[in-house]
Amino acid sequence: MKLDDKLLPLDEAVKRYLFDGAHIALGGFTASRNPMAAVYEIIRQRVRNLHLYVHSHGQGTDLLIGAGCVKRVELAYGALGRYAPTCPRFRRAVERGEVEWEDYSNYQMVLRFLAGALNVPFMPAKTGLGTDIVAKEGFSEQARRDPKVARRKLAVMEDPFTGEKVILLPAIKPDVAIIHVQYVGSEGTVRIKGLRFADVEMAKAAKHLIITCEEIAPEEELRREPELNSLPGFLVDAVVKVPFGAHPTACYGFYDVDAKHLYMYYDLASSDEGFRRYLEEWVLGVSSHEEYLRKVGEERLKEVAATPTYGFKLGLDRRRPK
Amino acid sequence: MNYTRREMMAIAAGRLIRDGDVVFAGTGLPLLAATVAKKVHAPRCVIFFETGAIDSPLPELPLYVADSRVMYGASVNAGLLEAFSILSNPKVRSIALLGAAQVDRYGNLNSTCVGDYHRPRVRFPGSGGACDGASLAWGFIVFVPHERRRFVEKLDYLTSPGWLSGGDSRRRAGLPRGGPIAVVTDLGVLRFDEQTKEMYLAEYYPGVKLEEVQANTGFELDVSRAVEAEPPSSEELRVLREEVDPQRLILGG
Repeated sequence: MKLDDKLLPLDEAVKRYLFDGAHIALGGFTASRNPMAAVYEIIRQRVRNLHLYVHSHGQGTDLLIGAGCVKRVELAYGALGRYAPTCPRFRRAVERGEVEWEDYSNYQMVLRFLAGALNVPFMPAKTGLGTDIVAKEGFSEQARRDPKVARRKLAVMEDPFTGEKVILLPAIKPDVAIIHVQYVGSEGTVRIKGLRFADVEMAKAAKHLIITCEEIAPEEELRREPELNSLPGFLVDAVVKVPFGAHPTACYGFYDVDAKHLYMYYDLASSDEGFRRYLEEWVLGVSSHEEYLRKVGEERLKEVAATPTYGFKLGLDRRRPK
Repeated sequence: MNYTRREMMAIAAGRLIRDGDVVFAGTGLPLLAATVAKKVHAPRCVIFFETGAIDSPLPELPLYVADSRVMYGASVNAGLLEAFSILSNPKVRSIALLGAAQVDRYGNLNSTCVGDYHRPRVRFPGSGGACDGASLAWGFIVFVPHERRRFVEKLDYLTSPGWLSGGDSRRRAGLPRGGPIAVVTDLGVLRFDEQTKEMYLAEYYPGVKLEEVQANTGFELDVSRAVEAEPPSSEELRVLREEVDPQRLILGG
C-alpha cells in the first residue's frame, strides 16, 4: 500500500472530511499532542456546529469553542493543569449557555471510545456511582433527538451476573477523529511515542481518521519494531505532515510545551476582546501552519525543542512571566 | 524554622503516604506531597498518572498529568485504560491524591461548577480522572485550601464520591472499596469517623487556632480529637525546596 493518495495538504484534509455539524473527536490530553494545526485550519475554514468528544482536553477544545465552531461538547475535563486552571473560552461558553455540554469522567469517556472501537453499543463501569455525573443530564431533549447522539447520557442497572449496580456508558462513534502523532510510515503505519492517552481507541471508533504527524518515516524502519506501532495504515484516511503541528502543546520526543505562548493565550483568552485579538493574530491572520510557525519564530521553537533522550526540554523556564 | 502553610500542607499530606503505596497523583500540591514522601520516608512508593505513565522517576516537576516529564524513564508508558486498570486493581493499594473546589462533611468533592449545573455561576474543569480515583482507588486524600466557601454543607455538584451520606451509604451505592482517608488543608488534617463517616479535625498545624479552623469551615466540625501536628523537619523542607520544586512552580513565592 502506498501513502500517496492519502497524503494530503492540511487544508485539503479538513475540506474533505470535516463538515458543518460533524461529530468529531480530538486526540491528545490537556497540553500534550493536541492536533493544533488541524484545529487552526478548521477555524480558518469556518466549520460550524461541531459536536465534540474529548476526555481531558485543553488547547484544541478551547480554541474551537472560542471560535464558535462547537455546538455541543461531551467531555471529562477542560483545563491545562498549571497553564490554565480552567480553559477560559470553555468556561465562558458554559457560563453563558453558548454551547451544550455533557460531563463524564475520564475513565467513562475512554470506555465510550473503546465501545465505539469494538463496535459494541455500550461498556459497563462502576466509576461514578452515587455522583451527579450519573444523576444530572446536560443535553437538551432536542440534542438527544439527533440520531448520532445517544438517547440518554448513561444508564444504571443491576449487573445480571452479580446483582450489583453498574453504569452503562454509550459508545461514541465520531464522524472524524483527528490525532497528532510523531511518525507515520511511508505506507501509513502510525507510531505514537510516549503516552498514547486514548488516541488508539478514539482512532478506531471514528468513521474517518485524520492523522497529522511530525515526520514521515521509512515504512521498513517502523516495521523493524512493530510492537512500538500504534495503528495500521489501512485505518487511516488522511495523513498530513505538519512539523510542530501540536504547538503550543507538547509533542514528546520533539518539543516541550511553549509555556510562554500558553500563558499569553490564557491571559488574552480570559476576556472576549483579548481572545478576539489572539484569534485574529495567530489563527485567522495567517494562511497556513508554516506561516504561524514563522510568527512563533525560530528562536522560540529552538527554546522548546526536546532535549535528546529526555523527550522534553531539560531546564525549560516554565514560570509564569511576571 | 520558617516555612509557609503551603509547604506544611505538602509535607503533612506526604506523611500520609506509606512505603509501597501506589499513588495516583494529580499535578500541583498532590504531586509535591507524593514526591516528598518518596524521597524522604517512602522510597518504594510508586507514582503513576491517569494518562498512563507508570512509576515515573520525575527528574523535573510536571505541571500537568500529560506533561512529557511524566513519560521520561517510566516503567510503562501506556494510556488511560491501563492507568485505570491499575487504579482499580484489587491487589494494588492505590491512593488517589485529589484537589477540589468544594468538599462536604463526608468528603464528597465538587470540581465541576458553582451554582446550578445548567446555568453555573462559575464553571471549573470537571472530573477528569478525579471521580475515577475517588470511586475506584483503595483510598483517596483530598487537597483543598481551608475556606468557608469550599467547606460547604451541600455541594453544588457531586463530582467525586466520598462517603456519600455517611454510614455504609457508599457501599450501598455500589462502591465496595475505597473512600476518603483524609482532607489536607493549609490549617490542618481532617479525618473521618469510623462509624458515621463524618469529618473531624485530627491535626492542626503549629500556630493555628481551633477557632480559626471552625470559622473557615461551613459546617459544624468536631475538633475534640485534634492534636497539634509535628512541624516540618529540616530534611522534609530541604527536599521539598531543593529537590522537588526548586523553581517554586507550585510552592509559589
